[in-house]
Amino acid sequence: MAQIKMHLLVCGGTGCRASESKRLVDELNAQLKANNLDEEVKVIITGCFGFCEKGPIVKVIPDNTFYTKVKPEDAEEIVEEHVLKGRKVTRLLYENPETKEHVSDSKHMGFYQKQVRIALRNCGFIDPENIEEYIVRDGYAALGKVLSMTPAEAIDIVKKSGLRGRGGAGFPTGLKWEIASKNKADQKYVVCNADEGDPGAFMDRSILEGDPNSIVEAMAICGYCIGATKGLIYIRAEYPLAIKRLQVAIGQAREFGLLGPKILGSDFDFDIELRYGAGAFVCGEETALIHSMEGKRGEPTIKPPFPAEAGYLGKPSNVNNVETFANIPAIFLKGWEWFSSIGTEKSKGTKVFALAGKINNVGLIEVPMGTTLREVIFEIGGGIKGGKKFKAVQTGGPSGGCLTEQHLDTPIDYDNLVAAGSMMGSGGMIVMDEDDCMVSVAKFYLDFIVEESCGKCAPCRIGNKRMHETLEKICQGKGTMEDLDYLDNLSKVIKDTALCGLGQTSPNPVLSTMQYFRDEYLAHVVDKKCPAGRCKALRSYVINADKCMGCTLCAKNCPTSAITGDKKVPHVIDQSKCIKCGTCYEKCKFGAIEIR
Amino acid sequence: MELIKLTIDNTPVEVEKGTTIYQAAKKIGIKIPALCYMNLEHLGIENRPGGCRICVVEVAGRRNLAPSCSTSVMEGMVVKTNTPKVLNARKTVMELILSDHPKDCLICPSNGKCELQSLAATLGVREIHSVENAAMSTYRKDASPSLKRDMDKCIMCRRCETMCNEVQTVGALSAVNRGFMAVVAPAFEQDLVKSPCTFCGQCVAVCPTGALTEVDDTNKIIRALADPSKTVVVQTAPAVRAALGEEFGLEPGTRVTGKMAAALRRLGFAKVFDTDFAADLTIMEEGTELLDRISKFLKGDKSVKLPILTSCCPAWVNFFETNYPDMLDVPSSAKSPQQMFGAIAKTYFAGKMNVKREDLVVVSVMPCLAKKFECQRDEFKVNGNPDVDYSISTRELAHLIKMANIDFASLPEEDFDQPLGESTGAAVIFGTTGGVIEAAVRTAYEIFTGNKLNKIDFKELRGLEGIRTASIDFNGTMINIGIAHQLGNARKLLDGVRSGMYNFHAIEIMACPGGCVGGAGQPYHHGDSSIIEARHKALYKEDEEKTIRKSHENPYIIKLYEEFLGKPMSETAHHLLHTHYFDKHKV
Repeated sequence: MAQIKMHLLVCGGTGCRASESKRLVDELNAQLKANNLDEEVKVIITGCFGFCEKGPIVKVIPDNTFYTKVKPEDAEEIVEEHVLKGRKVTRLLYENPETKEHVSDSKHMGFYQKQVRIALRNCGFIDPENIEEYIVRDGYAALGKVLSMTPAEAIDIVKKSGLRGRGGAGFPTGLKWEIASKNKADQKYVVCNADEGDPGAFMDRSILEGDPNSIVEAMAICGYCIGATKGLIYIRAEYPLAIKRLQVAIGQAREFGLLGPKILGSDFDFDIELRYGAGAFVCGEETALIHSMEGKRGEPTIKPPFPAEAGYLGKPSNVNNVETFANIPAIFLKGWEWFSSIGTEKSKGTKVFALAGKINNVGLIEVPMGTTLREVIFEIGGGIKGGKKFKAVQTGGPSGGCLTEQHLDTPIDYDNLVAAGSMMGSGGMIVMDEDDCMVSVAKFYLDFIVEESCGKCAPCRIGNKRMHETLEKICQGKGTMEDLDYLDNLSKVIKDTALCGLGQTSPNPVLSTMQYFRDEYLAHVVDKKCPAGRCKALRSYVINADKCMGCTLCAKNCPTSAITGDKKVPHVIDQSKCIKCGTCYEKCKFGAIEIR
Repeated sequence: MELIKLTIDNTPVEVEKGTTIYQAAKKIGIKIPALCYMNLEHLGIENRPGGCRICVVEVAGRRNLAPSCSTSVMEGMVVKTNTPKVLNARKTVMELILSDHPKDCLICPSNGKCELQSLAATLGVREIHSVENAAMSTYRKDASPSLKRDMDKCIMCRRCETMCNEVQTVGALSAVNRGFMAVVAPAFEQDLVKSPCTFCGQCVAVCPTGALTEVDDTNKIIRALADPSKTVVVQTAPAVRAALGEEFGLEPGTRVTGKMAAALRRLGFAKVFDTDFAADLTIMEEGTELLDRISKFLKGDKSVKLPILTSCCPAWVNFFETNYPDMLDVPSSAKSPQQMFGAIAKTYFAGKMNVKREDLVVVSVMPCLAKKFECQRDEFKVNGNPDVDYSISTRELAHLIKMANIDFASLPEEDFDQPLGESTGAAVIFGTTGGVIEAAVRTAYEIFTGNKLNKIDFKELRGLEGIRTASIDFNGTMINIGIAHQLGNARKLLDGVRSGMYNFHAIEIMACPGGCVGGAGQPYHHGDSSIIEARHKALYKEDEEKTIRKSHENPYIIKLYEEFLGKPMSETAHHLLHTHYFDKHKV
């Protein structure tokens, strides 16, 4: 067997696959074979590298060269230049946006410098479909370690680590395990909540796609701790790649005796099954999730009883989110002292965020708790796209709130975000710039909530619909001051009375935007203007006579013939005919059309 | 028993651990308004989805408001049920519910009986913030022979779902759709007639709004009574007399048998008869069938089907036709009293009166909505003419009386007409769970043993527990009896028979909680099960006061057999008074 001299790691996450990374792999393999290099250079499909903005990513090991936006057509050059001749393909290297210098190693990139990767430790490093690669990186060593302890000792380590649930609510994980372990029953269940549903969030998907074995291992550890022999992963059916990789991981773990009866020669039996969800956001709520797994309507029930007392099929069940589980093996391998040294006083460890919106470096990041929003947005995220002005950042998904300039230096942790009127949530982070209308943003999130409410309790079922309608009214320029009072009261009542976490947090986008961007609401309601120019009904297009050359291009393209004027004479828009389609604005070559 | 101390509205209270705030408050006279919550304590039926959020209260130290119906008390808890925050939340949620509810209260079938309406009044909702083009959740309307569904009026309290699925185990109704369009409906929002619905109507009995109501047949009665070519006679079921008074403000359990007869006469019915007469007739037929099967069994005939199951309850008949199609030869073939009455009225009585079948209109007043379905079954028609033309509920009768300007309270007590109005105490107790089998035992005992009963009351067969069993000594032969009310209990009992857990000779089954006294056509109980209990007691009282208390001693029954039927199970009796069942298995 020839010695392997080089590895080409190619991102096989859903995002990069959509950009043809699969074909890129085929091309690389073909080129290697053509050059008789296929014995000594191996192409490995990994999970997500996180830097989705620059995907597909190819990383060359051992020299750590980090190629970005690699197309299948680039395969030939990479093989001929880099692999054969040892010359880096400069044009595929990351360019520092400030210095314009090419950066070869990812550890010198702003995007990666501030990151600390615990949950994502293996994503982008190993082939997720090969358990041996996981084992090489100390995989399943934590399980072996735990099996030599008593469950109480192991739970104590989780408690001392200070790990809190990464699904959003931040309940202490060790305490949750302890409660489940103390409830006596003939059968208990470990449930992994992989029903990631926030718009734009893909933390859990990336972990499952990039490092499925870490979840399998953590669930087995949890099973040992609470006394469960069965694990269930509730995963949305829209995650086919994650499902496939989990199936592969579970199958391989069984073959290796890491799942099934008498794991690692102990008396501990544990196995895992997958349960598919149809993609309802509310099924991320643990009681709704359990009902859905039982084949019932996916809607929450009042707690108590908590799942730890009566969960799946009425048996004690411990439900944890994917990211929470991903931290578990690392805690046992490196010790709770190490884990709890990272983060803030009440929020330990790291948090994975899906950075999205008007930001230069869209992608998946993992930072220590306590990192400020400014560091995340401007250092890791590379600032706002197009040099525009930062306006707000929405954290916590649809149930979170919008934070502003004044919060940029707030260290991110569970409690600070709640105090600021938002929440950690599962880790969605959407950045907005000066072009975003905050009333429309609130409306967007309400639209999502209205779609995803299960309809069980009246405040969420009807209240959110009415809030959405009121926001629509305001965006149409028909809002009144009474409507603002109505929104305010409704938001507070829904928060106070809704049955589950979805409803109780659903008014957050409205409350936070009303608090931090009240003048923008007033502009819509009183002045009938949308300062960001996003609300179509409140927009008017006018022609600046000083700039108009009378070229007639706008008039020719206007679908309603609202624009009139003679050649070489400034044109005029008849506001009564204008349907605000924006065609004239796009067509004008002289910047003479203005939005007011 | 662990006791918990807390204060509610500054009043200290001590309750058992596990009690909810709502119950604890009730104990000290604080009635927290609630909408979806319903607790039929005497019958072990509870609906507690925690969905309406009307019953919220403030609990010191808690971030949000607590639903009192489903929050257990804790030591030292400080609860406030009427702070400005609570009142505002309650009223705002009510406004939201009303914002998605039709405002046609004046012409709604539930006008004046609607819990949503009265709660809106209590909470003092005076206006609903209007949002331009505010959406309303609207749905296709659906009508079956018994029930109507107008789900625009559904408030998602889920009471109907609890009754249909948990109590009755029928499984016709469940929540469908999501969010704003969520509603309770048969699977795929199909029509009720295509679902496994038994028309027991318990969904209607608990619906707090006008979403689920009975099919209103009162106008058909008014037209028939006004038609000079028709002779219109009426029969009234036993449970009606114990509940009708409630519609006129009388205490639950007040018996209004005489006033009811007087009212019916004033409405213009040519003859005011009693379904109780047909109940006695049912005992003659069903009792004979029971004795016949038992005798054969005791002689060693292994082919005989035991236990015999009663067949008076039309919802139960629909239930076993749908769920136990393999057991269609097990229930008694005797028709229900309503249908026996119709068959006798349109033959024996029509002959006596010299009225043509098609000119005789038989109306029944029933505590039941499934009876509307039953009287429309094809096997109960002769050349398309039904034995019972129209079946109306207790509520519909009350409405007719009010429409006809009759002052119920000042009516005299009158008797039923003869020959189909005479009845025994045994027939009266048909209206409550355990009554049919007790009536059957009274007659079967005397016929089987040839001895007179020393003690007419069989208290071991009475009560409101969902499943009851008893063994009756028939002079050395022990007859094992099972009783179930609510279809879920019937299912348990039947499954127990199938598995060999039970060994019964006879089983009585009634679909509704408490039997017919808790029927879906009765005045609304609004979640107060003591009303059903009061009616239940009233019927035993009526039985006690009757001079004749055994069906086979009813002189008009004896006369009917002498003049017309011959003997029980005779060919004429078989033709007129017995039926057969159909496989209606769905899905």
